[in-house]
Amino acid sequence: MLRDFFSKKKRYASIPSQEAKQDVPEGLMQKCPNCQKIFYRKELNRNMNVCPHCDHHHRLSAYERIQHLFDEDSFTEWDKHMISNNPLHFPDYEEKLEKDRLKSDLNEAVVTGKAKMNGMETAVAVMDSRFRMGSMGSVVGEKITNAIENARKAHIPFIIFTASGGARMQEGVLSLMQMGKTSVALQRLHADKGLFISVMTHPTTGGVSASFASLGDYNFAEPGALIGFAGRRIIEQTIREKLPDDFQTAEFLLEHGQLDRVVHRHEMKKTLSTVLDLHSTGGDSL
Amino acid sequence: MKHVLEFEKPVIELREKISDLRTLTENSEMDLSDEIITLEKRLEKLETDVYDRMAPWDRVQMARHPERPTTLDYIHHLFTDFLELHGDRNFGDDAAIVSGIAKFNNKPVTVIGHQRGKDTKENIRRNFGMPHPEGYRKALRLMKQAEKFQRPIITFIDTKGAYPGKAAEERGQSEAIARNLMEMAGLTVPIICIVIGEGGSGGALGLGIGDRIFMLENSTYSVISPEGASSILWKDAGLAQEAAESMKITSYDLKKLNVIDGVIPEVRGGAHRDILTQAKEIESVITESLNDLSTLDEGILLENRFKKYKNIGDYTYLDL
Repeated sequence: MLRDFFSKKKRYASIPSQEAKQDVPEGLMQKCPNCQKIFYRKELNRNMNVCPHCDHHHRLSAYERIQHLFDEDSFTEWDKHMISNNPLHFPDYEEKLEKDRLKSDLNEAVVTGKAKMNGMETAVAVMDSRFRMGSMGSVVGEKITNAIENARKAHIPFIIFTASGGARMQEGVLSLMQMGKTSVALQRLHADKGLFISVMTHPTTGGVSASFASLGDYNFAEPGALIGFAGRRIIEQTIREKLPDDFQTAEFLLEHGQLDRVVHRHEMKKTLSTVLDLHSTGGDSL
Repeated sequence: MKHVLEFEKPVIELREKISDLRTLTENSEMDLSDEIITLEKRLEKLETDVYDRMAPWDRVQMARHPERPTTLDYIHHLFTDFLELHGDRNFGDDAAIVSGIAKFNNKPVTVIGHQRGKDTKENIRRNFGMPHPEGYRKALRLMKQAEKFQRPIITFIDTKGAYPGKAAEERGQSEAIARNLMEMAGLTVPIICIVIGEGGSGGALGLGIGDRIFMLENSTYSVISPEGASSILWKDAGLAQEAAESMKITSYDLKKLNVIDGVIPEVRGGAHRDILTQAKEIESVITESLNDLSTLDEGILLENRFKKYKNIGDYTYLDL
């Protein structure tokens, strides 16, 4: 699953030529991997990282997403400083975590907290694929579980934005069990009639797709997002045939009845607000 | 014994030698009893050396042993009146998962498990024990039925994983597994899960949320196969043995990691050596678990189940 994500990225990677590298200060310009057009990064950012030419949804960091969707200054983060303990003493794992901590503004692959959307209080979890491919280990499982429990106790909706290559290999079976842990928590939220909205973003695969991502009362996805259980390469090797290009895209899932809606990033806030409003879950304040 | 694993070859060879000598003693004038006794002592020691110190990779081989007892083998030894029930009422019947009602110690239960084949023909029919979504949905249907009639559920886990196929994805493999995880969490009857062979990732977990989780001594439970892990992490599928060590996938590892409740001892040399004895071991574990769980109030059962999973994981906090 993780592999697929790598290879997919590789296929679309935009490697600037030597001249381009010399001409443009780093990070000023960006090329869309989908339509190949080059534009200012600022222009992309202003457009919520959606390509102004072809609508391709570029990656959005967890904090950017929160900033775009939720009311200004309404976000309070939970468990911000929770980090992995390398429970299996897996070789090189701590170094990899440290590297990702330094290169991103994150301590782990998910950011959780409470925030208001158009004045409506919610518990939110936003995964970020820049950190270990958004993979789920003990910390991701625990933070999401805490967020679900907080939502349940405060009678407020829980919204998650998933972006994950699946389980975190370096934490072995403990990662696998986080699928169980988060699902058991969701069952409690469900039993208490709590609202859960899952928004799948690129990519949502493996153990994350096979647990909380698929368990929303409403399952939405961003256009073009890769969503699936097994990786494309593994499936192609297993069934010995080539898969269609749109296999495991959000649109493919919608067509096969696996999603409620594919929602454009520009429509996301409106769609979520509509659902929240319809449920009019005021809730106790946390 | 048709299938001999690499690490146990010395034991098998010595055992054959002893048996040859016995035949010789019986059919000729020569009396080799002394030699036989000496060799039997050596065999005893060799068996201890080989089987009591199995490396993780040896256990992986044992868990995949072609003669290893399957779910149906155990069902026939552990339960009476087993009646297999088929289909998810939606798409089809997945032969990679067997399920039905039965009696355990004269009390009704629902039994569900992954089912692989023992030969090529059966393996093809059973898709090598790798379920499609309809398998998980059949399992869920029967678990809901068990809940309605307040029967405990016993699941046997034995799969390389959920099937990575095109149709499986189209029909929602992810959703099917996810749904089972969440629904099993809320079932108001006791659930006992026993890993009897390979516990392969989400496909195993899809039948694996319960109040008591056990593993047979030589079974494995893992987020990915050792081969898969080594090819992803180290870009070399040949490092599977190392991955089997690093990934901590044996029953003893999982007990140490606090993921399972107990290790069920295996017959020396593997469960396939003596399924009757092995079934007895499993039987006593199920009996004990059912005794503990059946007296619990529904609310407490579910609260304990939540706590059990909430406690799995290992994390710390950044020094600021």
